[in-house]
Amino acid sequence: MSQAGPGTETPAAPGSPHLSREEQVLSRIERARRRRPRVTEERITLAHGAGGKATHNLIEAVFLEALRNPLLEPLEDQARFEVGGARLAFTTDSFVVSPLFFPGGDIGDLAVNGTVNDLAVSGARPLYLSASFILEEGFPVADLTRIAASMAKAAEVAGVSVVTGDTKVVNRGKGDGCYITTAGVGVMEGDGSLGAGQARPGDTVIVSGPVGDHGVTIMLARGELGINADIASDTAPLGGLVRALLDAAPGTRCLRDATRGGVATVVNEVAAASEVAVVLDEGAVPVRPAVTGACEILGIDPLYVACEGRFVAIVPPGEAEAAIAALHGHPGGEGAAAIGRVAEDPPGLVLLKTAFGGTRIVDMLVGDPLPRIC
Amino acid sequence: MRFVDEYRDADKARALAAQIAALCQPGRRYKFMEVCGGHTHTIYKHGLEDYLPETVTLVHGPGCPVCVIPMGRVDDAIAIATRPEVTMTSFGDMMRVPGSHGSFFDAKAAGADIRMVYSPLDALETARRNPDRQVVFMAIGFETTAPSTAMTLLRAEAEGIENFSVFCNHVTIIPAIKAILDSPDLRLDGFLGPGHVSTVIGCRPYRWIAAQHHKPLVVAGFEPLDILQAVYQLLAQLAEGRCEVENQYKRVVPWDGNATALKVVNQVMELRPHFEWRGLGFISHSALKLRERYASFDAEVRFPVPGVRVADPKACQCGEVLKGVLKPWECKVFGTACTPENPIGTCMVSSEGACAAYYNFGRFTRVRVREAVRA
Repeated sequence: MSQAGPGTETPAAPGSPHLSREEQVLSRIERARRRRPRVTEERITLAHGAGGKATHNLIEAVFLEALRNPLLEPLEDQARFEVGGARLAFTTDSFVVSPLFFPGGDIGDLAVNGTVNDLAVSGARPLYLSASFILEEGFPVADLTRIAASMAKAAEVAGVSVVTGDTKVVNRGKGDGCYITTAGVGVMEGDGSLGAGQARPGDTVIVSGPVGDHGVTIMLARGELGINADIASDTAPLGGLVRALLDAAPGTRCLRDATRGGVATVVNEVAAASEVAVVLDEGAVPVRPAVTGACEILGIDPLYVACEGRFVAIVPPGEAEAAIAALHGHPGGEGAAAIGRVAEDPPGLVLLKTAFGGTRIVDMLVGDPLPRIC
Repeated sequence: MRFVDEYRDADKARALAAQIAALCQPGRRYKFMEVCGGHTHTIYKHGLEDYLPETVTLVHGPGCPVCVIPMGRVDDAIAIATRPEVTMTSFGDMMRVPGSHGSFFDAKAAGADIRMVYSPLDALETARRNPDRQVVFMAIGFETTAPSTAMTLLRAEAEGIENFSVFCNHVTIIPAIKAILDSPDLRLDGFLGPGHVSTVIGCRPYRWIAAQHHKPLVVAGFEPLDILQAVYQLLAQLAEGRCEVENQYKRVVPWDGNATALKVVNQVMELRPHFEWRGLGFISHSALKLRERYASFDAEVRFPVPGVRVADPKACQCGEVLKGVLKPWECKVFGTACTPENPIGTCMVSSEGACAAYYNFGRFTRVRVREAVRA
C-alpha cells in the first residue's frame, strides 16, 4: 500500500558521504519500512486477528497479494460499486465473541450491527443481510433461539432483513459454541466519496460517543478479572446517527466505526491513508469512569479498546459545530465530542496531547493490548 | 478518578516543572536512570519529558521484568509448555517476549496449551480445575511479584495440589543496579528508585549506592507527579551536594519494607549463584530459585529443560545503551539484526524500550512532535 512509487522521494542510500551516521541509520530503517509487508511468522497467532499491525501485514501480504482488484485495494470497511445503474455497498464480518451473552447484548445483535455499521459508515443505507452459523456439536438450542431472536430485533431496529443464510455443525471441541458470519448490501446515498484517504489539514476529528465500552464489558464478562462494574456493551446500529451527521455536515471526509483496535487504530489508518498527522486531545476523549478504572487496573489504553456502536468522523473546517450539535440531538449521539484535529506534519503519524499536558505518539498496536505485570 | 487524578494535575506539574528548571545549574547536563519499567511506562504514557528541561535526560533502566528474561530461559519455558501434559500459565506481557524460536504466542499457535493469567492464584485455580493437567506458572518479576508466587506455592502445598509447579524466573533489583554502577564508563547522576519493589524490600538496601557510589536515589511512585517530584528531589540533592536515599513514595513504601513478604520469599526461595540477563549478561546472585524443600513444586526439577544458553549476539550493546553510554542508533546491530519484529536485546523487546522507541519514532524528534501538537 505505502510502496514508494515512481517520483516518490526516496531517502539517500546509506553510506552517502553527506549523511551523518544517525541519518544513515534512520534512512535504512525508512527503506525497510517501505518494503512490501511480509508475514514473518510461520503460523497464525492471535495477534493476526487483533486489528493492529499484524492484521494489516497479513491482509496485505496474503489476501491482497492473492486477490488484488480495484474494489478490494482501498481496504475500506466495505466495497462500493455500480450494478445496472444502482450504486451499492457490500461488506462482510465474522463474530467469534466469548462469552456469547454479555451485558448490553449478545453475539446475535453484534453480528447484525457490525455489518450494518460497516455499510452505514460508507454513507449507504443498509438493506439486506446474510447470516452463516458455525455451531459446535452440543450447543444448546435454547441459546441459539435466543441469539436468533436478538438478531431479529436488531435487524428490525436497523431497518434490514436477513434474507439468506447457512448452517454448519462441527465436532465438539472444534468450535466455541457458535460463530456467526454476516454479509450485507446497501444502496449508496450521497456522492460516495467518504474514504480514509480524504482527510485534510484543518479538519476536526469527532467520536460519536464514549469509547471502550464494548471491549471492557467483554473483558469483565469473561469473569477472569474478578472486577464488577456497572457497564454494558455499546452495540447499536449507526445508520440513523450517520444520516444525522451527514445532513448537518455534508462535507464529511471520512467515517469509520471504531471496532477492533479502537479509536487509535482508526485514526492511524486515516493518518496513513491521507498522509496527514492527526493530533488528539486526551482530555477531550469521552471515556466512562468504569472504563477508565478497568483500563487503569489492566494497564491498557481506552483508545485501543473496541467499540461496537461508535464511529470516528473527519469533518471539514466550518462543519464541526453543526456536526456535534446534530449528533447531540440524535438518540445514541449524546456523548459525541470533538477529540482532535488533522494537521500537515508529520504525515502518517497520530499524536496525543495527554491530559497531564505532555505529548506522545499513538502508534498502531502489533497485536492485542496485553495487561502489564508492572 | 479519585486517588489518581490528584497525581496527574497539569497545573501542579507546571509549577513543579518551574522549580525543577530553577534547580538546574546553567551549562550542566543531568542524566537520571529510572530503574523500573513501570516508571518508563508512566513517562511515556503521560508525555512527562515535555515538563523537563532540555538538560535533564531520563535513561530507561533494566527494570522491565519481561524484557530481561534471556532467550535461553524463554526456550526452556516453551520446552515445558510444549509437553502434552502441561498447561503453561503466564502474565500477559510475557506472551510476546521472544526466545530463539519465537514467543509464547508462537508456541501457542503451534499447539502448546498456554493461558494468560492475572495472578499466580489464577494459575493455582487452573490447577484445581484441571486435575488431569500439569499446570505450570511462569513466575517472572522482581521482588514485587516474588511474594505472591511464594504465597501461592505455600497454598498449593497446604491444599495438597500436586499438579501445580512454578518455573521460577524471579530476579532481584540490587545486583542489576550494581552491575550498571560497576561499569567504568557510567554516566549517570542519580536514580529514580523502583516504587513497587521498595514496598517489599524497603529503602535500606539502596544505601550503598549513596554511600559508596555517591549517587542520590529517590524511591518514586508511579503517577506522573510522583516522578516529577522525585526528579526535583534528585536535583535538590545535587544542588545541595547531598547523596542520600530518599523516599518520595511514602504513601505506599515503608522505610523498612514488608517483613512478612520478605519472610515468605526467604522461606520458599533462595538466591541463584548467577543468572543471565538479556542484554546485561550473567550477574551474580541476581535471581531466585525454589529451595530444595520445595523442589517438588519446581518445574525445572519436575520436567526436563534443555537449559541451553542462547548467547546474545556479541554485537548486541544493550548494556551500553542501558547505561546511557551509547545512543540506540550507535549499537552495531540496531535496525539490522535487531528490530522490533525480531528483537535481540531488552531495549528492543519492550515497545517502551529505548531502542524500540527510537526505531519506531526516531525520525520524529520530540521537538517536532511537540511543535505539531502545539501548532
